[in-house]
Amino acid sequence: MKQLVGKYARKLVDAGLAEDGAPVVGGLDDELVWNRRDARCSELAKVFSGLNINALLFSLPAEPYRSMIDYLASMATVTDGVIRPTDTETRTILHDLPVVEAFDAGEIMAALERRKCAVLPGHGVVTWGMVSPEQAFVFYSSVCFACFVKFMSDYLADRKSGRVSRRQRRVMDTVMQHIDLLPSEPPALMRAPFLSERAIYHAVSQAGRMTVEYGLVDSFFGNVSLRCGDTLYISQTTSSLDELDGCIDPCPLDGSSCAGITASSELTAHREIVQRTEMNAILHGHPKFSVILSMDCEKTDCAFRGQCHIRCPESRFIEDIPIVPGEVGTGPHGLCHTLPPAMEGRRGVIVYGHGLFTVGREDFNEAFAGLLAIERLCQETYLRMVS
Amino acid sequence: MNGWLGSILHVDLTDGTHSVEHPAAATYQAWIGGKGLAGHYLYPHATRSWDAPGMPLIFMTGPLVGTSAPTSGRMCIMSRSPLTGTIGDASVGGSLGIELKQAGFDGIVISGSSQRPCGIEITPGSVLIREASALSGMGTGELHIRLKDKGAVATAGPAAESGVLFANIVVDGAHCAGRNGLGLLFSAKNLKYLTIKGSGRVPVHDPDGLRQAREDIFRLIAASPVLLGELGIAQFGTGALYDLMNNRRMMPTANFRQTVFAPAPSMNAAAYKRRYMPKRSGCRGCHILCKKVARDGTLIPEFETMSHFSALLLNEDIDVVTKANSICNNLGMDTISAAATLACYAEMEGERLSGERILSLLDAIGHGHGIGRELGQGSFRYAAAKGEPGVSISVKRQELPAYDPRGAYGMALGYATSTRGGCHLRAYPISHEILRKPVATDRFSFAGKARIIKIAEDCNAVVDSLTACKFVFFGASLEEYAKAFTAVTGVETTTQELMRAGERIYYNERIMNALNGFTDADDDLPPRFFEDEGSSGNDMRIAPLDRKEFLRTRARYYRVRGLDQKGMPVSEKAAQLGLQWTA
Repeated sequence: MKQLVGKYARKLVDAGLAEDGAPVVGGLDDELVWNRRDARCSELAKVFSGLNINALLFSLPAEPYRSMIDYLASMATVTDGVIRPTDTETRTILHDLPVVEAFDAGEIMAALERRKCAVLPGHGVVTWGMVSPEQAFVFYSSVCFACFVKFMSDYLADRKSGRVSRRQRRVMDTVMQHIDLLPSEPPALMRAPFLSERAIYHAVSQAGRMTVEYGLVDSFFGNVSLRCGDTLYISQTTSSLDELDGCIDPCPLDGSSCAGITASSELTAHREIVQRTEMNAILHGHPKFSVILSMDCEKTDCAFRGQCHIRCPESRFIEDIPIVPGEVGTGPHGLCHTLPPAMEGRRGVIVYGHGLFTVGREDFNEAFAGLLAIERLCQETYLRMVS
Repeated sequence: MNGWLGSILHVDLTDGTHSVEHPAAATYQAWIGGKGLAGHYLYPHATRSWDAPGMPLIFMTGPLVGTSAPTSGRMCIMSRSPLTGTIGDASVGGSLGIELKQAGFDGIVISGSSQRPCGIEITPGSVLIREASALSGMGTGELHIRLKDKGAVATAGPAAESGVLFANIVVDGAHCAGRNGLGLLFSAKNLKYLTIKGSGRVPVHDPDGLRQAREDIFRLIAASPVLLGELGIAQFGTGALYDLMNNRRMMPTANFRQTVFAPAPSMNAAAYKRRYMPKRSGCRGCHILCKKVARDGTLIPEFETMSHFSALLLNEDIDVVTKANSICNNLGMDTISAAATLACYAEMEGERLSGERILSLLDAIGHGHGIGRELGQGSFRYAAAKGEPGVSISVKRQELPAYDPRGAYGMALGYATSTRGGCHLRAYPISHEILRKPVATDRFSFAGKARIIKIAEDCNAVVDSLTACKFVFFGASLEEYAKAFTAVTGVETTTQELMRAGERIYYNERIMNALNGFTDADDDLPPRFFEDEGSSGNDMRIAPLDRKEFLRTRARYYRVRGLDQKGMPVSEKAAQLGLQWTA
């Protein structure tokens, strides 16, 4: 447990979600261990004692997340004390983000009784796990992503309607100081042909790792696949893209085995794409600006407002990139129904409020270049729109 | 009252009377329903023998049953287990729970014993006890056909009449309340069947809130590859796990002497799909539909049955597996215990059982003929009587399911601490150790597993009390079900409040087992797992479990659970949970 709490404290820093020395991560089996000593551990220990959990993570987010989260929290406290992002991650997993005003075990517990996280303006974000510190890490990461997308989306909408407040502008100034333009050149990835299964696994792992290194995912999550012959090699569900060794499922395309039951939730979409098109490599990340722009719609009188993520009837594009509705997985509104047809003849498709899928013919070079170029395009477009 | 109906039916078969009890709202809120409430009713009788007339057989629904909450068409059946002597319970699907609610009852407590074989028929406003001598000896399939016009049907088959200690109760001819031998309670009470037909509605406090909770749950189910994925259980049934268990080198083979079964790729769920072209079926009100039924109506075996009637017995004939499943269902006996008892027998006799022999032995067990009478007592009693108890791969005398614990250390602990004997479902650590939900844990490590198992046991106790299907929790969580609970009942609750109820429910089970003499000596695994290596290969070693590490982890579990060093309840902890325990 000591090793796990240390690992996820480090990953927070590596992902740029917390500053070095900020995360406090506790793990509880029969004894409580912390990644480091901190004056706040005694209060957090009380939270452990009141909840059936085995991990607790508390940290002040790094900039630009800190300013955005504090702003959203302060806005929430004048209403019902809840931040309500509308990205897919929040809709599916977090539902909403309760705000707690004081660093007090009782208040934190009251929020965590119902939800997976609590936002404490000026103090940080606290999340829990019932199985592993990794769960707390995932929830924390999702809070940062959701708040980034919400702040930037709200700002864009307010900018268009001329309603940006001074405070919003000050926060945006801080945010801008911490946003680096994406590189224009993609890395050189392994090239096809892949002559052994080992080479295939290496290629998939490398693509995942580089997607993380280039900041094209919401911390470490997304999915990657490569078709070789009659098998689709795809990252496993809940795997970290920077740690795919041992987490890739070979799925026969003829359906002769269910061994890939642990494959990504998007297996069906990936399979449909490789079977509909001549593309064999697929990358899926959650690059922030693609997600933000996918949610930028001015049609305020649309009959489907509020249901855009599943029912958007419009044909929307960012340049040549289609934006389609669709939820995670294979339900009636699943992106497996909307993404594959939209991908035909395209280098990439954005799923509303969720993320970006790109494809390559033989290996990941083309897919990665597409992912990078499209997110860079969205980043530049966004910055131009708010400047 | 919303969700709950506030009425429990008591039937006394000794004198043929019935009455209706209206428990206080506080009782419902403390125990939720289903398994929790059933445990509350079992407690005063916990030390009775399973076949004493005063021992109740309890059917209990939860507050979500009969509403539109996803997968809530289940219920709990509980009594004391004839097989293990522990509490005995099963979560069972079909339509029985919903019909019971629609008939106006949250549950039925059946006590006493009829002079002659009888059936209980429940309709709105009517409870009848019927003579049923003519149905003796009849299989559950035929019984269902004869009785289905009377509504939902629960029956016991010939195995119960023959005294098989792992006899099931079979609901609607297809859904088994298995593992603990609860079918024998039917036999002890001279009860052949229970039918229920309802017509009422279950009141819901906040329909709009329930609709929102449903949407949240459906979204998570859709996002789960195990549930609705193209390789998941909606498509292939629970047999979808078969390939994975073999690939992970943890498929119990040859009575757990090996952990890989070479012919598995040709006996997997895809093979059943090709062979039988099954259609989807399931519990009432469920959209996952994990049950698979062949065009001719034959039930496709569930994962555990597929695995144990192939790998565990070294059987390579898919039709034998399907026939074995049909025989067990019709005779009304548990497939896991039946297959594992045959595997124990085969090892002791040094015999590789042919398909024909497997099927004939099952028939002999179910009808109590010849060697079948001995095997019907389960593998532990059979092996112990021959002086070789270690050949029985069981915990608390209940045979282990199809996950070798050397390939999943949380499962090792979960088997040992289960309050109903060797069972995978109390904590189901396969969810994170193999299926990566909610996140993956190291399956070859005991680190952190004590608390993980305790939390999961509490969580699943809640699920079995609501009552919902545990499979849904590969996607959804109690957070979404807490919202559904509040919407249905109007009682404000939270994830953690439900978990505290789950802790109370599980601790109550530990208390009942302790009252019957169960201690740490019973929370253990067969020696084979600590002594023998599994089938290592492909850069994966399936090492024997480290006994010292296992015992250290179990000791940690006891501390986390609030038990003493012998695994016994502690009065302070019991009082904290609103329970009573005197050492």
